[in-house]
Amino acid sequence: MDLSALASCLITPSCVITQTTSGLIIGLLLFLVAAGVSLIFGVLKVVNFAHGAFYMLGAYFAYTAYQLSGNYLIAVLAGGIGVALFGLVFERLLISRVYGSPVLMQLLVCYGAILILDDLVKIIWGADFLSFGMPSAFQQLPFVFAGGVVPVFYLFLIVVALAIAGLLGLLISKTRYGKIVRAAAVNPSMVSALGINTGVVYASVFVLGGFLAGLAGGLAAPVRSLTAGMGTSIIIESFIVTVIGGMGSVAGALVGSILIGLVRSFGTIGFPLFTEGLMFVLMAVVLVLKPSGLFGKGGA
Amino acid sequence: MTTTDREIMATEGIDVFYGSSQILFDVSVSVTEGQTMALLGRNGAGKSTTLKAIAGLAPPKTGKVRILGRELQRRRPHVIARAGLGYVPEDRQVFPEHTVEDNLLIGEKRGPNGEDYWTVRRIYDMLPLLEPLKDRFAGRLSGGEQQMLTIGRTLMGNPVGLLLDEPSEGLAPVIVQQIGALLRKLRDMGVTVLLAEQNMHFCLGIASHATVIDKGQIVFRDTIEALKANEDVKARYLAL
Repeated sequence: MDLSALASCLITPSCVITQTTSGLIIGLLLFLVAAGVSLIFGVLKVVNFAHGAFYMLGAYFAYTAYQLSGNYLIAVLAGGIGVALFGLVFERLLISRVYGSPVLMQLLVCYGAILILDDLVKIIWGADFLSFGMPSAFQQLPFVFAGGVVPVFYLFLIVVALAIAGLLGLLISKTRYGKIVRAAAVNPSMVSALGINTGVVYASVFVLGGFLAGLAGGLAAPVRSLTAGMGTSIIIESFIVTVIGGMGSVAGALVGSILIGLVRSFGTIGFPLFTEGLMFVLMAVVLVLKPSGLFGKGGA
Repeated sequence: MTTTDREIMATEGIDVFYGSSQILFDVSVSVTEGQTMALLGRNGAGKSTTLKAIAGLAPPKTGKVRILGRELQRRRPHVIARAGLGYVPEDRQVFPEHTVEDNLLIGEKRGPNGEDYWTVRRIYDMLPLLEPLKDRFAGRLSGGEQQMLTIGRTLMGNPVGLLLDEPSEGLAPVIVQQIGALLRKLRDMGVTVLLAEQNMHFCLGIASHATVIDKGQIVFRDTIEALKANEDVKARYLAL
């Protein structure tokens, strides 16, 4: 524990800016994964433990698309769309069979999928760490705010992830699709009796969650090393986020993710050996004060 | 008001089970175009289950369900709804965290022949009490307001046949009168209705025909005037 280092960082503008941007990046990438976990749980009542593997697939799909095209935009979209399509197949073939099953069955299906996907990644892309490399468009001198160094790519990530978060919020709260999704989360049989095919709604939510996780993988690829199993830590953090933010709440997922990101980035300075533990402490505090999560409803 | 002999919705000899216990026995009900048919019976007689069987929410093990001549037994509820059936459940089931207007919009769809008569505007014109509440969460409405909203939400789907499950249940007399006026308005517009009710008096002046169900079996089928005059059936099967 090094509280003096944390204190001296907090009074130094350059340190605050550096740690805040890195915390926002961790948090916003995490949000793109956690939002899908939270939506899928809220609507389908399925805990998709395989969502971290979706993030990993997004990164690898983006890697290959970048190798082939040299275009980072194409690479990120390939990650998102590739995983969305994968999510559709995964939902139709596997997850749709465990709707309403005990959570242990869902866990078994997802855990099996994680093991298979990790091994497939090793077979296709190799067992070694892969480095995506910084896309040339971002190989520029970093911005400097009040002495704090912020790479151009970091700023890009923050803006893009916030834009996606905003669009997702609009989609869920304002569009007819979003209204149907929220209604199906509460009362699927009534939605069905109004002439809406809930099977299609479920599949679309899974595809949307996959798309977001794939985008997150593609966006993260230049700043993370790619390896089979890279989805494990982000899925655990996603569950912490959904507990903190409240299951099924997109706004809660955003706030929870940013909180986790900031705890991680400032935590490495104050508690370098206990950063992971800090997240669980934060989760425990929220659970004690508000068991349904910051944006959760009622006692659930 | 137009009535013809054309069958809009019907069940033919349906048996429905919940788990291993049989709820409906060989139930046949038929409603023709423009008709308002009362489905009467005591609590637990099988009225709700009959409606759910037609709507696809309690699929019959045997027998047929027809909507506009199409056999749709054991099809999923959205298929039956798209074939022209509108279902208004007993416990209203509004989407509580959606606004009144959003509840209506979720119900919006074309009828089976492309009908698009109902709009939010027309619902508000027919149910004026909903308009000032349009931005309120449906969970905050009174029982009567929720009942109006569920009926409006189902009408937004331009159904050809409407199932109403005890729309007067648990509501204050003044609200029950309003619901009755609404049902007469729908009848006069030519909407075909199957109305499940415990209360025969509520159905007088609304329904033209009556079917009585008891212990999961149909025990009487005639005009509502004939039922009104039949003291024996009323005493045996209806709680009056």
